[in-house]
Formats: sequence, structure tokens, C-alpha cells
Amino acid sequence: MDWGAFLTTQLPILIATVVAVPAVIVGYIVGAEFLVRRLPDAARPAVRPWIWVGPALFFVSAFLILPAFGTAFASFQNNTGQFVGFKNYANQLADFPSGGAWVAIRNNAYWLVLYTAFVLAFGLLLAVLFDRVRYETLVKSLIFMPMAISSVALGVIWKFMYWYQPPGATQTGTVNAFLVGVFHTDPRIWIQDPAIDNFAIIGAAVWGITGFAMVILSAALKGIPADLLEAARVDGAGEITIFRRVIFPLMMPTVVVVGTTLVIFALKAFDVVYVMTGGNFGTDVLANRMYKLLYFSGNQGGAAAVAVILLLAVIPVLIFNLRQFRAVEARR
Amino acid sequence: MSVAAAADRPGTAATAARFSPRWIADRLSKGVIHVVVISLTVAWIVPTVGLLVTSFRPFAAITSSGWWTALAPQFTFTLENYTKVLSSTNLGASFFNSFMISIPATVIPIAIAAFAAYAFAWMKFPLRDWIFLGIVGVLAIPLQLSFVPVLSFFVAHGITSSNLQPYGLQFLPVWLAHTGYGLPFSIYLLANFFRALPSELFESAEIDGAGTLTVFFRIVLPLSVPALASLVIFQFLWIWNDLLVALIYVGGAPEVAPLTVTIANLTNSLGQGYQLLTAAAFFSMFVPLIVFLSLQRYFVRGILAGSVKG
Repeated sequence: MDWGAFLTTQLPILIATVVAVPAVIVGYIVGAEFLVRRLPDAARPAVRPWIWVGPALFFVSAFLILPAFGTAFASFQNNTGQFVGFKNYANQLADFPSGGAWVAIRNNAYWLVLYTAFVLAFGLLLAVLFDRVRYETLVKSLIFMPMAISSVALGVIWKFMYWYQPPGATQTGTVNAFLVGVFHTDPRIWIQDPAIDNFAIIGAAVWGITGFAMVILSAALKGIPADLLEAARVDGAGEITIFRRVIFPLMMPTVVVVGTTLVIFALKAFDVVYVMTGGNFGTDVLANRMYKLLYFSGNQGGAAAVAVILLLAVIPVLIFNLRQFRAVEARR
Repeated sequence: MSVAAAADRPGTAATAARFSPRWIADRLSKGVIHVVVISLTVAWIVPTVGLLVTSFRPFAAITSSGWWTALAPQFTFTLENYTKVLSSTNLGASFFNSFMISIPATVIPIAIAAFAAYAFAWMKFPLRDWIFLGIVGVLAIPLQLSFVPVLSFFVAHGITSSNLQPYGLQFLPVWLAHTGYGLPFSIYLLANFFRALPSELFESAEIDGAGTLTVFFRIVLPLSVPALASLVIFQFLWIWNDLLVALIYVGGAPEVAPLTVTIANLTNSLGQGYQLLTAAAFFSMFVPLIVFLSLQRYFVRGILAGSVKG
């Protein structure tokens, strides 16, 4: 790296940005309020709220809501903007079950079920176990640490974990060395064998996100009144019965919240796949397929159709979230 | 609800007499729990530790033996992978680009979200609750849905990182995009927090003749430091670690690519020198790990506020 150029040109730009950006934002609100105060008394309460929510509404509309409609339109057009009906969808969904989009849909279904189930199971297990030891804070932050690193780094970490050498050679990847050394089986080509690569990638992703589920579930666990558990123990209930009959039902609402979040993560899965296999060897997912269609095939209509398929998958979760939110609001 | 306050529940062991069969059974099951907890935790950190150790090993050793053999004498650790990857790739520049992207893309959405959250929490306007509900709904929309239209708009109006000059402005598209994508969660979190502030605070400020700006900057923001801190950490880590949005709006041009994009490119291009990836990956983890370890408390609090409300 060229330190001279860095210090004379790039660093000043960074500093200028760090100063200028907040100045513009604060300048906006102070300036707008200054103008609002010039308005007649009666007009102020009607105008002021829009000054404060305006920028947010602009960005959310411009980057999320309007483009969502735009994509829905684009999915019915070809690259030159001609209306082609459902042709993009038909092209994408051709050749059931071996067509590219179907493979991606199948893999997203794997993600949806396995990723969500394993993260919840591990998260719950770790939360319950860690609750019983004094060094809880330490072990929790160790489990939670992968949350801080990027999926790119996570992909690199697991590429090395799954590293493959032919049978007979010294295995340098942890997983294969374990297989060969402990179970005396042949090493496996974890991330290039269509029979197992999806599960290997999902496993890596589960490792990365379990800390998130654990932290939330653990907080819910601590919210359960201790005397409730004590009463169950006095009545002679075993620890497993207590978990099944008392702890688990009380934690159910939190499990649902975490579960819906994980479902959205699973449907949007991209980075880990992109880094570990690039979607090859039968590991493609919808988000990665869309990226490939957009950038490598230049097929905008197809990419838009895939995005809409993704949206259709998310809509049940979206409706569920809104109902949950309204139920919580009603209780306020 | 605080995670740190581990309520020490009365265990079953306290009630049994010393050396009675019950006492021994309790001790044994306690012992089993310790073994399970410690082995699970160790298994969990093995991947990270493995990468860390590998990144300090010479190339010949990496290809001929597993990283765990390096933990026994004789130790042959080297910084070679780090020096090589920094000199032979544009990782240093990418490190800087990651800051250039992350800092404004953290500040802009959180400031704008704070304005909006203040209005949602403490001002009256038509359709307020419906608009807020809409924002909650948008939380679930996949970002992928927005790429085609936004990108074609940017390209049609020349707002692309290859078009914009000088250096610095090139990141404008990605700042704007991250602002749009980061807002729904930020507004949701902050509005919930602002609404929980006591209303007497606002009433008495109004009686004292304080204007909207004064209330916002002097009362609301200082009281919301915990929520703002966790949001800043969240947004910063999310952008620092983001690959998809950067790929779409910055592209892979070496002079503007952030760390994630550069490393993702290295995974495809390194081939022979793949051991350099370990050093590159650790290099990229360094900033988020420091942020995370020093501000973990706020980070956890933010996660909890976003999920188990009230």
C-alpha cells in the first residue's frame, strides 16, 4: 500500500466525509425547523411532522417500495422493455425438477427447514445448558463471536475446515482429519459433492448464527420466574419434564420471533454460498441465482422474476410479522 | 432484561446433605453439565482458532500437516502470509475503502431514522400508524427485489462508482443504498425506544418553552444513547461485513472494492497461494472483532430490543 498517497489524498477525504455528512444532516433539520417557525401558528403542526419523517419516507420509498413494484413490472418484460407476459417465469421455472431455478428453490427449502431447525435447537440447548454454569458470560461470548465476522470470512474459515486430500494423504482439513482419524472412514469432498454439499454449507451458516438465537433465547429463559421452576421441583418433576412442560411453553413466543427472523435469513441466503461454491455443484440458492442472471447473463427479466419468486416466499412471513406486531401494539 | 445478570437460581444441590446418594448424584450431573458445556464451546471455537493458527504457519507446513500439529513444539510461526497478502493484493486499500463505505453508511441512516422515529413517537400526523406498520412490513422484503430498478436508475443518471469523481464521491451510490436498506430496522428500533420515554419530560419541556429542536437534541438524543449505541454497532458491523450490496453498487474495481469484495475475489483467483486467504480473512475480522468485544453489552441489548420487546 502507498502510504504517501494515503496520507495526502485519501485520509483527508475520509476526514472531510466524516465531518461533512453529519453537517449536511444536522443542517437539513435545523434549516427546515427555521423555516417552519416562520409559518403561521396554525400551519406549523401540520407541516412539522413531514419535515421529520420526510427524508426517511423518501429513502424507504426510493430504495425499497418503488423498486419492489418496478421489479414486479420488470419481471414481465424482456431486456428491451417489451411486455412478454409470463415468459420470464416460464423460462425460469422450466425443466422441473432439474432446471436452475428449481434447484435453487429446492436448496432454499433445505435452508428454510434445516438452518432454522438446527439454529433453534442449538440456540435453545446452549441457552439452557449455559444457564447452569457460573462462567456463562464467557462461554456465551465465545459462541456469539462468529456473529461479528463477515460471511466472507466465515466462508474462508469453513473452506479450510472442509479441506480435502485424497484418501491416504495427510488430511489437513479439520473435518476430514476427524473423520479419518477417529472414525477411520474415507475423507469426503464436502463442498463439491452434490449429495452433501448443501448440508455442509448450511452447517457452516448454522455455526455462524447460533449465537444470535442463543442470546435471545437465553434472555427469555431468564425471564421465567424462578419460583415457578422451584414449585415444579418441589412437586417432584424431573429436569426434563420441567423443560418440556414449563420452560418450553413459556419460551414459545420468543422461539417464534427468532424462528421467523431465521426464516427470512434462510430465504435471503447469499454470501456463504457465493464464497464457498459460487452456487456450483448443485448448491445454488435464489439470491445467488438472481445475482448471476443480473451480472453474468445480463438477463434482467429473469433476475426480476427470481426476485419476485423470493418475495412470494417471504410474504407469509411478512403477514405473520404484521399480525404479531399489531397484537403486541394492542396489548400496549 | 439484562443478559449479564445471570440469575443464580437455587440449584437442587443445595438441599441434599453432604455425601448422601442424592448429593453425589447432583454433583455427578453438575460434572456432566460442565463437561458438555466446555466441550461444546471448544468445538465452537475450533474453526476460528484453526484459521488463526493456519494464518501464522509457513506455506509448506500448511500443505503437509493439519493446523493442530503446530500447537506442539517446535513452533514455526511466521508473519509471512500477512506481509505477502498485504503487499501482493489491494487489501490495504480495501481496508480503507471499507471505512469509507461503513462510516457514512452508518451515520446517514441512523440520523434520518432518529428524525423519523421522533415524529412517529411524539408527533401527530395523518396515517401515522399505517405508515409505521408499512415500515414494519418492509423489514421482511428481500433487498434483491430492489436491485434491478435502482441500478438501472443509477446507470441512466450516471450515478455509478466508475462515473463519479473524485475519490470519495464514488461511494455515493452505496451510501444511499445502505441508507434505504438500513432505515426500516433503525426506525423500528428507535421509535420503540423513544415511545418508552416518559411523556412528562416532553410536557414540562414544552411548558418551559423549549422548541422541537431543543427537545430532540437536548432531551431525546442524550436519553437514547444506549439504543443509539447498539444501533450504531449493528449497522456498522452489517455494512462492514456486507458483500451483496457492495458487489451491486460498488462493483469489483480494485480501487473502490471493500474488504469483503476483495477477499471474495481472492477466493477465486488465488489458486496456488490459497494460504494467503487465511491471513486476509483474519485481517478483515480484526475491526469487527474489536468493535464487538469492546461494545458487546450494547450489541446484545440491541438484539434483544429488536426481538423481545417490552
